[in-house]
Amino acid sequence: MGWRRIKAPLPPGRYYFSGNEAVAEGAIAAGCRFYGGYPITPSSETMERMAHRLGQIGGVFVQMEDELSSIAAVIGASWAGAKAMTATSGPGLSLMMENIGYAAFTETPCIIVDIQRAGPATGQATRVGSGDIMQAKWGSHGDYQIIALSPWSVQEMYDGTIRAFNFAERYRVPTFVLGDEAVGHLRETLEIKPWVRVFDRKKSRGRPPFDSKNPRQIPPMPTFGEGENLLVTGSTHDGHGIRRTDDPKVHSRLVRRLNDKILLNQQDIVDTEEFFIEDAVVTVLCYGFTARSTLTAVKELRERGHKVGFMRLKTLWPFPHERVGQLSQGVEKIFVPEMNRGQVAGEAMKSSRCEVVSFCQTNGEIIRPEVIRQEVMRVL
Amino acid sequence: MVRAMEQYLRSEIPSTPFCPGCGHGILLGLVLRSIHALGIDMREMLFVSGIGCASWIPSPHFNADTLHTTHGRAIAFATGAKLYNPKLRVMVISGDGDLSSIGGNHLIHAARRDIDLKVICANNMIYGMTGGQVAATTPLGSTTSTTPLGNPDRPFDLCKLVQAAGGRFVARHSVTQPLALMESIKKSLSFEGFSFIEVLSPCATQYGSKNLLESAPKIMEWLMENCIPREEAEGLSPEELEEKIITGEWGYVETGTG
Ligand SMILES: Cc1ncc(C[n+]2csc(CCOP(=O)(O)OP(=O)(O)O)c2C)c(N)n1
Ligand code: SF4
Ligand SMILES: [Mg+2]
Repeated sequence: MGWRRIKAPLPPGRYYFSGNEAVAEGAIAAGCRFYGGYPITPSSETMERMAHRLGQIGGVFVQMEDELSSIAAVIGASWAGAKAMTATSGPGLSLMMENIGYAAFTETPCIIVDIQRAGPATGQATRVGSGDIMQAKWGSHGDYQIIALSPWSVQEMYDGTIRAFNFAERYRVPTFVLGDEAVGHLRETLEIKPWVRVFDRKKSRGRPPFDSKNPRQIPPMPTFGEGENLLVTGSTHDGHGIRRTDDPKVHSRLVRRLNDKILLNQQDIVDTEEFFIEDAVVTVLCYGFTARSTLTAVKELRERGHKVGFMRLKTLWPFPHERVGQLSQGVEKIFVPEMNRGQVAGEAMKSSRCEVVSFCQTNGEIIRPEVIRQEVMRVL
Repeated sequence: MVRAMEQYLRSEIPSTPFCPGCGHGILLGLVLRSIHALGIDMREMLFVSGIGCASWIPSPHFNADTLHTTHGRAIAFATGAKLYNPKLRVMVISGDGDLSSIGGNHLIHAARRDIDLKVICANNMIYGMTGGQVAATTPLGSTTSTTPLGNPDRPFDLCKLVQAAGGRFVARHSVTQPLALMESIKKSLSFEGFSFIEVLSPCATQYGSKNLLESAPKIMEWLMENCIPREEAEGLSPEELEEKIITGEWGYVETGTG
């Protein structure tokens, strides 16, 4: 197990897909064979396509009775050996939170695709938002890490979903594809390459499935039915899964290791994309669909001679504090446009040495390039 | 017999965490004896539980794959594992609070789907682990830590509930009826489809102490007096049946499969 190269299930070539459909195709390509979910706008297209595609290839699809059970079934299937996923939007994500913490604590690979809509509460079900960034990281109780990607195109909905599965399997961690309504419903060309690189969880008979001496290393993950007498529990446990709920050392070691295994490997996970950074006076830090508007705005500003840079977060969690810190030393300001009340801006302030200017738009609409252009002009 | 049962228990776990006289310990033994009687290889079994004293019956004691989940969600986790690997024989063992209150929705939906799960509900008529609060299974009028003046609500009849949701094999027994209970567990193990066994499992510590049944022998005696097999109940008048718990099997029983 580990890395392998497989043929893409779809014939290579150019396709015209929506972002949500591309997620489903990416999942199939990555080897996902279990989908458990509950319908919710604006993510249901992924579920419908998975129902169809898993039926064709002999995978398992189940529409559960709610989101609590959807993520529970995904975790159960993962321990039964499946690469497993669910997709949802804000209200569903809120319901999944307890079991996402369970997945983090039991080191269960699983994929949660969150197609963000305008919240809070039922909010604007069909409109765009990106208000779940902090919930994805901190939504369940206790201290734990997750990985989250932030796709900006249909291509990245496909490639990013494959990547998400590889991260989940490799680091045994719940991994989010944090899309938004705009990228989920966007239709554009998707290029399917002939080969896909996939990672399959590592197994090793008899070795403790919940501990490793080196915190960077990920313990092997056996599967139910292999005779390993697996003890999986969401209570504090030792390396073999035995409950140790009153041992301070065991708890402290476990919580630290679960955080360290992601944070010490972040070099391998964190991914940013940067343009026009070298001489920039103001850099726009962006992610998700808003990065598309930002790129247009930054190019226009450059054409007019303004020294504006572009930095896109392809992964949101773990947060690229090191890179933001470096960047902040060369610019006067970091400008962060977001479809929430400043969630990433607030995070960037933790590592930035320069002023971070937050621009928030929470009206259920995408932030237009001209708005970003004008707002950046004000701080130049 | 006792020595023969040791193979089913993890040798590294010195004892169970249950109070003396807790019904859950008896149920633990009866589940393992049923498995032993059928000669089932524990490597084929997956035990899934939620949160509560009852959820500790399989985890960490059983020498098999165990999945100790979140409160109420055991059936949903089990559904994912069973659907992905139908070869696993999946048994859910959890409490009345876990399965019928916080997890009630998963219970009825799994019954409706007729998914092959063997669900055993250890019903002590109370939230044992958290200190004896009222449950959806607490008898009308009982005193609990959250109903100091007596429970104003009627309890669920769990067997009827599951049957109405589509469960094809349901049974109810008390741990004071070990032979009948084992027969039903064995049937459920060889039954293909959703099966549900409600097991009256006394909790003197949290239920008994507040309801004049403060010792394990007293609450056992109470169960022995009040649990009546359905065949016997047929001859009794409604007055005689008041406050009685009718035990037995209901629904379609298939044999020789699995
Ligand atoms: C989401 C959530 N809510 C509440 C609890 C607290 N809690 C733990 S066990 C329990 C009740 C268990 O009762 P039951 O399932 O009947 O098992 P018993 O202890 O009686 O055997 C509760 C409410 C929890 N662990 N998780
Ligand atoms: S509190 Fe009740 S259910 Fe829990 S172990 Fe004690 S007797 Fe058993
Ligand atoms: Mg109980």
